[in-house]
Amino acid sequence: MLAEVLLLARKDLRIERRAKVAVGQVAPLTLLIVVVFAFALDANAPLLEIGAGGLYWVAVLYGGTLLTQRAFEIETEGGNFDDFKMSPIKAQSLFLGKSLSLFIQICALELVLTPAILLLYDVQVAEWLLLIAAGVAGAVAFSVCGVLWGVMAAGLRVRSTLLPLLLIPVLAPVLLAGSRAFETALGIRADAGWSWTSLMFVIAAVHTVVGLAAFGFLLEES
Amino acid sequence: MSTIVKFENVVAVAGSFPVLTGVDISVQEGEIVLLQGKNGAGKTSFLRACAGLLRINDGSAQVLGFDLRVNRQAPRRYIGLLGHENNLYRDLWAIEHVEFRAVLGGGQKSDAAEALARVGLTSRLWSVPISALSAGQRRKVAIASLIANRPQLWLLDEPHSALDALSRADLNAILKEAAASGATVIFASHEGVLSEELSSRVVTMRGGQVVGDSGAR
Repeated sequence: MLAEVLLLARKDLRIERRAKVAVGQVAPLTLLIVVVFAFALDANAPLLEIGAGGLYWVAVLYGGTLLTQRAFEIETEGGNFDDFKMSPIKAQSLFLGKSLSLFIQICALELVLTPAILLLYDVQVAEWLLLIAAGVAGAVAFSVCGVLWGVMAAGLRVRSTLLPLLLIPVLAPVLLAGSRAFETALGIRADAGWSWTSLMFVIAAVHTVVGLAAFGFLLEES
Repeated sequence: MSTIVKFENVVAVAGSFPVLTGVDISVQEGEIVLLQGKNGAGKTSFLRACAGLLRINDGSAQVLGFDLRVNRQAPRRYIGLLGHENNLYRDLWAIEHVEFRAVLGGGQKSDAAEALARVGLTSRLWSVPISALSAGQRRKVAIASLIANRPQLWLLDEPHSALDALSRADLNAILKEAAASGATVIFASHEGVLSEELSSRVVTMRGGQVVGDSGAR
């Protein structure tokens, strides 16, 4: 199963490396969001500092949603889901392979956004370990939720508008938990940052279990 | 010779529209069956039903010994399906795509080069993104992906489309070789003479039913 997961994730990442959608479009766009917030709120620097964690996760939410759409677009534009249905590959492998490639792309996006908020919002990192753990937890939660909900929308003609509508409410708890964890990590507020990070891992675990159980059915119906 | 496809009074509905309205057909191992019929006759739906991609609502349907009403997934790994779409990843190279499809189907990466050579795609095009290939070259990559999987049942929808005369003749030779080695081929085509030369049997469909069958020739 591991070989199948790696095969699928490698394929997705290779396509992204060639197409350069993540690097050339999604990353600059989310970076632009961070910059726009900096311009819009610059007159109120304390507000920008207080909101740094939340603004960061709004940018990740936006970029993550675009990356999720892209992950399914490469399959639906050529009718490739039929090939997966026709192959002996396990649906669980497809779920985990897609989640892994999306996780890597979201982590890369976070690596671009983190220095940007530190620089533009003038915030300091108080707890590096928490910052990294929260970033990883958020990326895992985003990727498994994205793939689970992405396959539900994949077979529909209105998928490009439906996916954000489905995904953003589901990811709202991740946005909240990520924002709170980052506020602690950035020393903005003394809060239970590790508890919020744990919550993101729990959300990821729940969606992983549901995804492993339901992905085959959802793929079949897509 | 064993029976590869056996449909009895098969009814299938897509959305709320009945696309197969009582199909009766039996296809034996090694046959090359040409499906003829006007647009909307049910040829593509029949191929998708054989592949287990279309739910059977009524009747009895067996493919490669598997009952499709019990388990639609079971025969799929032994089937190669080529639809109207080529199902290609535009940003992968031709060789990468066929390697991926070969491994996905349980084969080896090394099968890819042999398959691409068999369809006559020049080796200098193997390391070119699929998006840069012509329509005919893309069709060849899609056919090579099937060859790499060595299916027992080939289901092809307009397989000759976009191919030039030489490549069409090559494809016919590939399908005849496959049938000679025990595979079964069912293909839908409007190509006339070229398709009839290839086929060992011609089945005509209309309104989601089989209305004509030449029988084995």
